[in-house]
Amino acid sequence: MKYLKPLLCIVFALLSALPAAASDKKEGLDLQGILFGHIQDSYEWHVTDVGQTPVIIHLPVIVKSSTGWHVFCSSAFEHHADADGNRPGPFGLYISGSQANAGKIVENIGGEEVRPIDISVTKTVVVLFIDALLLLLCVLIPARWCKRHKVDDPAPRGFTGFMHMFIMYVYEDIIVSILGKEAPKYAPYLLTCFFFIFFANVMGVVPFPPGGGNLTGNITCTFFLALCTFVVTNVTGTKEYWKEIFWPDVPTWLKVPVPLMPFIELFGIFTKPLALMIRLFANMMAGHAIAISLSCLIFIMFGINAIAGTLMVPVSVGMSIFMMLLEVLVCFIQAMVFTMLSAVFISLAHVHEHETAKA
Amino acid sequence: MISLLLLADGLAFLGAAIGGGLAVVGAGLGIGKIGGQAMDAMARQPEKINDLRSNMIVAAALIEGVAFFAVIIALLALFV
Repeated sequence: MKYLKPLLCIVFALLSALPAAASDKKEGLDLQGILFGHIQDSYEWHVTDVGQTPVIIHLPVIVKSSTGWHVFCSSAFEHHADADGNRPGPFGLYISGSQANAGKIVENIGGEEVRPIDISVTKTVVVLFIDALLLLLCVLIPARWCKRHKVDDPAPRGFTGFMHMFIMYVYEDIIVSILGKEAPKYAPYLLTCFFFIFFANVMGVVPFPPGGGNLTGNITCTFFLALCTFVVTNVTGTKEYWKEIFWPDVPTWLKVPVPLMPFIELFGIFTKPLALMIRLFANMMAGHAIAISLSCLIFIMFGINAIAGTLMVPVSVGMSIFMMLLEVLVCFIQAMVFTMLSAVFISLAHVHEHETAKA
Repeated sequence: MISLLLLADGLAFLGAAIGGGLAVVGAGLGIGKIGGQAMDAMARQPEKINDLRSNMIVAAALIEGVAFFAVIIALLALFV
């Protein structure tokens, strides 16, 4: 603490030397391109630019076009777009620049762009593999402690102790407090939900590989998580639950000629997981967008004036630190809210006959 | 004809910007109310601060979810 102030001054001074290298670029900054390049999926992973040469990890492309299955590296596509905005590649395929299929592999059949069956290992898939591997390592290795020790042994220390504390916090305060007696049955699914979302969120905020990939900010990922919650909720719902949806305990004229209440209840079954999906997706996407925009603010200011740029540096660095801390909090909160709401939906689906008779 | 197309684009931008601003107003009012009442409750019962803090954050996250819904609609108006 004694050296904190001088240390912070040195850090800021060093950081203001950085944009001197950035001011070589005289044209305007393509903020939208950078933003969408980070958030959207692509067939290669653009890590950074060393000077003028980009450092790109090319990923495999696996497609089934009209000429059969093709597996090749995405470096086979041209790096820059041609006159039509497309990036030609082998087997008559090209990466389209059109509005409808931007950035996707298409084939030109009879003058129309047709997308082949595409199961390529794209950037989001690679991020998913990395996150899943890290999650398995972080959870299964501390779990080995439980196999070797008895219940009465003193608590573990270090990373194992931290993971135990974390998992027990999520289990006790979120899952057991909502589900009560049925907690052990649904705890594996809910704990997996929480830790997967938390890990994916945090890895998305880390700026360098193996992190830095946008997984939970992709709506298909959150769609699948919400779908899992939907399936678990409705498959394990009791008969009383389904009865309350199709024949709720309301005045008869709300049900009989026009099934108003059943329709609303049925609609509600779908909107609840939909809200889960949109909440997680929007929070993560907005967080990434804000972090990138605040960092790009320096470069935009440099496009105007060198002095404005230098003045912007401490402001932007300060705001970025604040936003990053807020991001980590949001990552945890969003994972917690998703898990808590999933637990609430599961507990709501387990309505029992005697409970309704009491009211 | 071209001026009509430009007008549609301009209206989309206007709609998106106003929608985003309204979403912020709604979220700000809602979360401010939660925060204020949580502060009142914490002042009345300091021993319950931890419980109140977790519930406040959960309620704020739910409201923020709805505000982000509006942000997504505004973005759709901008880019689609």
